[in-house]
Amino acid sequence: MTALVIAEHDNASIKGATLNTVTAAAACGGDVHVLVAGHNAGAAATQAAQIAGVSKVIHADGEGFAHGLAENIAAQVLAIASNYSHILFPATAGGKNVAPRVAAKLDVAQISDITKVVSADTFERPIYAGNAIATVQSADATKVITVRTTGFDAAGQGGSAAVETVAAASGNGKSVYLGSEIAKNDRPELTAAKIIVSGGRALGSSEKFSEVMTPLADKLGAAIGASRAAVDAGYAPNDLQVGQTGKIVAPQLYIAAGISGAIQHLAGMKDSKVIVAINKDPEAPIFSVADYGLEADLFTAVPELVSKL
Amino acid sequence: MKILVPVKRVVDYNVKVRVKADQSGMDLANVKMSMNPFDEIAVEEAVRLKEKSVVTEVIAVSCGVTQCQETLRTAMAIGADRAILVETAEELQPLAVAKLLKALMDKEQPGLVILGKQAIDDDCNQTGQMLAALADLPQGTFASKVEVVDGKVNVSREVDGGLEVLSLSLPAIVTTDLRLNEPRYVTLPNIMKAKKKQMDIVKPEDLGVDVSPRLKTLKVSEPPKRGAGIKVADVAALVDKLKNEAKVI
Repeated sequence: MTALVIAEHDNASIKGATLNTVTAAAACGGDVHVLVAGHNAGAAATQAAQIAGVSKVIHADGEGFAHGLAENIAAQVLAIASNYSHILFPATAGGKNVAPRVAAKLDVAQISDITKVVSADTFERPIYAGNAIATVQSADATKVITVRTTGFDAAGQGGSAAVETVAAASGNGKSVYLGSEIAKNDRPELTAAKIIVSGGRALGSSEKFSEVMTPLADKLGAAIGASRAAVDAGYAPNDLQVGQTGKIVAPQLYIAAGISGAIQHLAGMKDSKVIVAINKDPEAPIFSVADYGLEADLFTAVPELVSKL
Repeated sequence: MKILVPVKRVVDYNVKVRVKADQSGMDLANVKMSMNPFDEIAVEEAVRLKEKSVVTEVIAVSCGVTQCQETLRTAMAIGADRAILVETAEELQPLAVAKLLKALMDKEQPGLVILGKQAIDDDCNQTGQMLAALADLPQGTFASKVEVVDGKVNVSREVDGGLEVLSLSLPAIVTTDLRLNEPRYVTLPNIMKAKKKQMDIVKPEDLGVDVSPRLKTLKVSEPPKRGAGIKVADVAALVDKLKNEAKVI
């Protein structure tokens, strides 16, 4: 029984989500191999070999992998899939894009967003925006899984796995990458941040959003998040959205300013260790999950908080 | 070209659902059901493509129990031309739905299929990708912009960190993200018109698809509850609590 983890990387380095996925893979029992499919991704493969608990790194290099196109990555995974009992992807935009494609080609069910490995064939996963936890059992020969990274600790360093190079598989060539707009960000990555400060519709404009939230984030070394309402209104870019359909986070400290706390938002942050809510509406549902609630106008409370920290 | 839009009947997104006491599932008796929000966005996009004369016919499809007819009528009230219901009382998992949709694609030969990125009940986010794999077609998931140009579809995708743009040869599979569009409200005259539109009902057996579930749900339980929090009087008290009680800063 061997598990294969599909690494998330930017060709130069391994992304944090991979480390949590390795921990989940190890919990399935047996050896853990990591696939690094990329373009000039030697550095990422070397880094993957140093993850504790990884016994082999498979490195496939090809131009087709440069932008992580689902068709190409899935073809590469399928080329080696028969060697594995478990194939795990981080439940990131990249992993969610590819995993079901692999599962369908193998004619097996895919298990999304697992938060716990109960046994080699039984897993827990949240459903209904996290309002229930389903325990599911798979009878398929190969388990294709995406892993909710906040459900598992990150694997440490200190491994010394061998790196094996394999020939790159090619996809169907029916999709072409045209370009991307990746937001420049000097802050910690949202899903990996220890502290997150998140703003909602109450901020009123994108200028106010950055004017009020940025100093607080700077002071705390925190990542900035946003509610769907704030994103839809254009106050914050959409990759900052926290919630059922945005990012799922579980930092040490989550500060929600001007966020009412709809079910869909809570689904993305209610596993945070400490939740602070700043809202002037005493009836806001966010107060029902907040460890510390402050009933105040955020335009005075947040700057005051910055000055007192 | 034709466009196929799969829609799912789910618990309304405003409803706070509860787990059944015997942990066998969710208590869905007498709960308001609606079209999955992402599927509304998919129907809207298909209808907009028709309004731009890019597509000629919009076919809405749903798989599930008889009541899914209501969901299909809603899709037709938004502007779908006709509907197909694959009727079954069996619990349908994404792989089964993808196979049913693949069978319908073989029959209808659509140039584009637009699905929602995920259903808000099972939160799987699988069906579109699975359909693309089974049909060996390119996929544009989590789309925030869709443009059909010269036999190709350009899709802007919401990815971690920003946006990326792909060009897919047609036929292709696209799944919608929230910001693709703002679905229109259905008007009463359109609801009346939708009642007259054609709806075909087929069974999974007619399509030659085995829909038996692959994953067994052993139990469904309540998530752990958070302990009750406290309200603090002012910012100073908040900072003090965070520093000395929670010790997170």
